[in-house]
Amino acid sequence: MTRKTIIVAENIDKFFGDFQALTDINLQIHQGERVVVCGPSGSGKSTLIRCFNGLENHDAGTLRVNDIELHEDVPKIRQLRQDVGMVFQQFNLFPHLTILENLMIGPMKVRKLGSQQAEALARKYLERVRIPEQADKRPAQLSGGQQQRVAIARALCMEPQVMLFDEPTSSLDPEMIGEVLDVMVELAETGMTMVVVTHEMGFARKVADTMVFMEAGKIVEVSPPETFFTNPTSARARVFLDQILDH
Amino acid sequence: MPSFLKRMRWLDWLILALLAGITGYIGLRMQGALNYDWRWELIPDYILRYREDRQEWFPNLLLQGLFATIRISIYASILALIIGTILGVARCSENLTTRLLARTYLELLRNIPPVVIIFIFFFFLSQQLIDAINLNSWSRGIARGDNAHIWEFFFGEMRRFPSLISGVIVLAMFEAAFVGEIVRAGIQSVPKGQREAARAIGMSSFQEMRYIIMPQAMRKVVPPMANQFISLIKDSSIISLISVQELTYKTVELVASTRLIFEAWLTTAAFYFILCFGLSMLFRRLENNRSRE
Repeated sequence: MTRKTIIVAENIDKFFGDFQALTDINLQIHQGERVVVCGPSGSGKSTLIRCFNGLENHDAGTLRVNDIELHEDVPKIRQLRQDVGMVFQQFNLFPHLTILENLMIGPMKVRKLGSQQAEALARKYLERVRIPEQADKRPAQLSGGQQQRVAIARALCMEPQVMLFDEPTSSLDPEMIGEVLDVMVELAETGMTMVVVTHEMGFARKVADTMVFMEAGKIVEVSPPETFFTNPTSARARVFLDQILDH
Repeated sequence: MPSFLKRMRWLDWLILALLAGITGYIGLRMQGALNYDWRWELIPDYILRYREDRQEWFPNLLLQGLFATIRISIYASILALIIGTILGVARCSENLTTRLLARTYLELLRNIPPVVIIFIFFFFLSQQLIDAINLNSWSRGIARGDNAHIWEFFFGEMRRFPSLISGVIVLAMFEAAFVGEIVRAGIQSVPKGQREAARAIGMSSFQEMRYIIMPQAMRKVVPPMANQFISLIKDSSIISLISVQELTYKTVELVASTRLIFEAWLTTAAFYFILCFGLSMLFRRLENNRSRE
């Protein structure tokens, strides 16, 4: 089976001042593939996926996303961001706009759709994340779980090829994690290419095609979940899994 | 009895009594030393005067000056808001040159006394500008025209129009530096995540500014901006130095011709105080209503 590769990273290095956040990252992600990135905090997981839509610029190596080469100051980067949706740990909804406007602003201003088209799109995806009744509220009136679902819908409104999730459940109260993960599982079932940074190992088991384990800015292990969870090849991954699964 | 009176202790009363005593003593001494002849009864005429020949009330020197001050303050704040917003955005720009230019402007204005700045702006900029666009003859034309009264409602005496314009420009350039700082603080108070979210859906940096950052920043800067507006009204007295005929200038004129030194200046002080204090009370009330929402 030859699937199109959507993300190709070759020898990526990334520095914050003197601190090397990413070291020699090599990774390929295919269309329709669900990749879960895990590892201890500070291991560079978030930095890596933020490179995938140009929110961080890598310092060395080549990175191609959806056939666009990422460099600093490439005008194509805006085109690329329309094709790569991102969901943040802190939701980052626009507090001065209603839920509906949050979803419509991207399609209208960036994709230049008319307001009726944009609204239809927004309502469709609000339905998809199961909160159509909140359309006219402000983000602050919603619970954390609802806000994160809105954020997912906002990214989907751009009809992206890939969705990046940067610890989407880490700032949620425990009872709200389930509703967000449900939406993500459903999204995975539609065949969306997903790269998810998360500590939710139950979710990873359920949807991941590939597990990526990172430590100290390096990719330590890439393996399918069956192998990763039962018999990880690296000792570090084993220690990490013991720590988070035993509780 | 109002509640604040109940909270007064004997020490408070003592301090108040002492203050009243000192003030009274100074007043008495001045009365003796100055041998000043108070003529308060003349002041109302210089505010509002009844013209026998035309059978109508008309605003005299002081009120004319007050109106001019209000007009200048309004126009100058609008202009300062525009220039200041540009400066504030430039201060947050990713481009180093833009950032440095805005910073330079701000530091120059912060570290040179306002009076000096106003003379420099006046002689170097607005004078040249007014000559260049031939504003003098244009405004004389208006003053002779049929619609002169409409123009005069908005801009006062049209013969003085060029001086009003230079006053507004000079004041706005001066206040813009501070407005710029307020706008910058507002922009920087918007969390970084907002920019990232805007960028992540493919917005250009202009769209990000226009639709995401500025609407949030502007909401946050309303209270300091209102204070800056009040400062601007007070600062507007400086432009009397470049012969803009606002309240302070008119008071100088009045004092020169009538020798009503204390009465005129006290009246003018009262005008400024009522205007500024009134606005500050109004803004506080609006702010309370807004935060209650």
